[in-house]
Amino acid sequence: MEAAAEPGNLAGVQHIILVLSGKGGVGKSTISTQLALALRHAGKKVGILDVDLCGPSIPRMLQSQGRAVHQCDSGWVPVFVDQEQSVSLMSVGFLLEKPDEAVVWRGPKKNALIKQFVSDVAWGELDYLVVDTPPGTSDEHMATVEALRPYRPLGALVVTTPQECTSIFSSGGGEELARHAGVPFLGSVPLDPELTRSLEEGRDFIQEFPKSPAFPALTSIAQKILDATPACLS
Amino acid sequence: MEEVPHDCPGADSAQAGRGASCQGCPNQRLCASGAGAAPDPAIEEIKEKMKTVKHKILVLSGKGGVGKSTFSAHLAHGLAEDENTQIALLDIDICGPSIPKIMGLEGEQVHQSGSGWSPVYVEDNLGVMSVGFLLSSPDDAVIWRGPKKNGMIKQFLRDVDWGEVDYLIVDTPPGTSDEHLSVVQYLATAHIDGAVIITTPQEVSLQDVRKEINFCHKVKLPIIGVVENMSGFICPKCKVRKESQIFPPTTGGAEVMCQDLKVPLLGKVPLDPRIGKSCDKGQSFLVDAPDSPATSAYRSIIQSEYLGVEGVSVHTSVQIPTGLEGA
Repeated sequence: MEAAAEPGNLAGVQHIILVLSGKGGVGKSTISTQLALALRHAGKKVGILDVDLCGPSIPRMLQSQGRAVHQCDSGWVPVFVDQEQSVSLMSVGFLLEKPDEAVVWRGPKKNALIKQFVSDVAWGELDYLVVDTPPGTSDEHMATVEALRPYRPLGALVVTTPQECTSIFSSGGGEELARHAGVPFLGSVPLDPELTRSLEEGRDFIQEFPKSPAFPALTSIAQKILDATPACLS
Repeated sequence: MEEVPHDCPGADSAQAGRGASCQGCPNQRLCASGAGAAPDPAIEEIKEKMKTVKHKILVLSGKGGVGKSTFSAHLAHGLAEDENTQIALLDIDICGPSIPKIMGLEGEQVHQSGSGWSPVYVEDNLGVMSVGFLLSSPDDAVIWRGPKKNGMIKQFLRDVDWGEVDYLIVDTPPGTSDEHLSVVQYLATAHIDGAVIITTPQEVSLQDVRKEINFCHKVKLPIIGVVENMSGFICPKCKVRKESQIFPPTTGGAEVMCQDLKVPLLGKVPLDPRIGKSCDKGQSFLVDAPDSPATSAYRSIIQSEYLGVEGVSVHTSVQIPTGLEGA
């Protein structure tokens, strides 16, 4: 596999976390963003890779819609969402000509773009790369897992809500995918409606975040991740 | 088709098998022979099969978790209350099939007969099909790539013995991908009445739903209209019955979006915690809570001029607003 021969753009990324859920609308993108911010709050440099090609939500959540993606020698330059440049983001949302353009692609073409996102984004030095996925257990997930496998993703964070209808992954689907991927299974996080409201009203998510009740839960998971991952890796 | 070159032109393109990026692809020979471009014989078979199905309605949403399956199930229940109307509910969410649970059919299995697969019947006049019925356990994960999902959808449309049906309602997964393309392609010659698109009031949902509307224009699928789900919350215990906005329509909700994109707003369904409970128990919410404002909303949508029991009228002459052309 070409990825194993040349670490390339992921060489400077210390740890990779996949955020999954079988069910749509449970808050994967919100959680991916919250986790990235919790890790940043702990002083880490974080990247977010949004592989939801049909419904890329993250640019809007970080008030980065419409930002341009530039090229450098190593590939695409991810978009920095804060002035300190501690959080960077790549999403198909940045590549659309118009924001309402539908990405109507079958599996093979989605797989090809995901491989590009993994290998051709110049992430630079990152402590963590958080990968947000679309709902389901299909092409995007398999392509992401296969493209990332040489880099030993840290684990899968599975998001669910208490309703039984959404318990697919907690009933084994996510664990099964994690097993298929050869990645450990990390945990689940409660949602905070106040944070959703803040996102919707266009308030500064990054400023609001430390006051959110979801913050303690997220920081505890982030702390588990930090404890499991020594800062210096050879 | 596991390994596809970066710049794969697509199996059905004129350049299939002939492009520079095709060199070395395991499917190059197949594509160059024109196999990808030949129409799938299943399309004709499905057209024949669908002759006994009067109306076909797709339930779509770009966004996950907005209530597509809940709506599909209750549209089916509502229409089936007329014993003289034969309803079929097809769940093509291969990875996350919620319909068996919502319809109280978890654990049911599909039987084969000489005329094909038999749907699972909730009532004499309401039959259901889902990949959920083909799993040995409801907790099994279906981790399939596009081509395998497409094959399943083809089988659902071609091999299920639906019989004489007045309304076939097709519940879809979120997004604009294989499942959506396949169902539109396989039913292309069988005539789909149109799509009902579900959203919630928030911008994060509308953002994806605009893409879905765009998808419908792209594949020339008529849009019956949009339903705004989880639109306001009236606590059943509250004496005052004041409505609160759990998911505030900060950018105007579905109403403004429908005005902007010139598609009908079929109705707004408020949040009622009893809906989730009915779904989890596999019962019809319309029967469990006939007094709920959500039930009234459902009934009014089902009986609306756009989705009346007598016939389904659709907007086929939707003007595409500037900014969406060529998208």
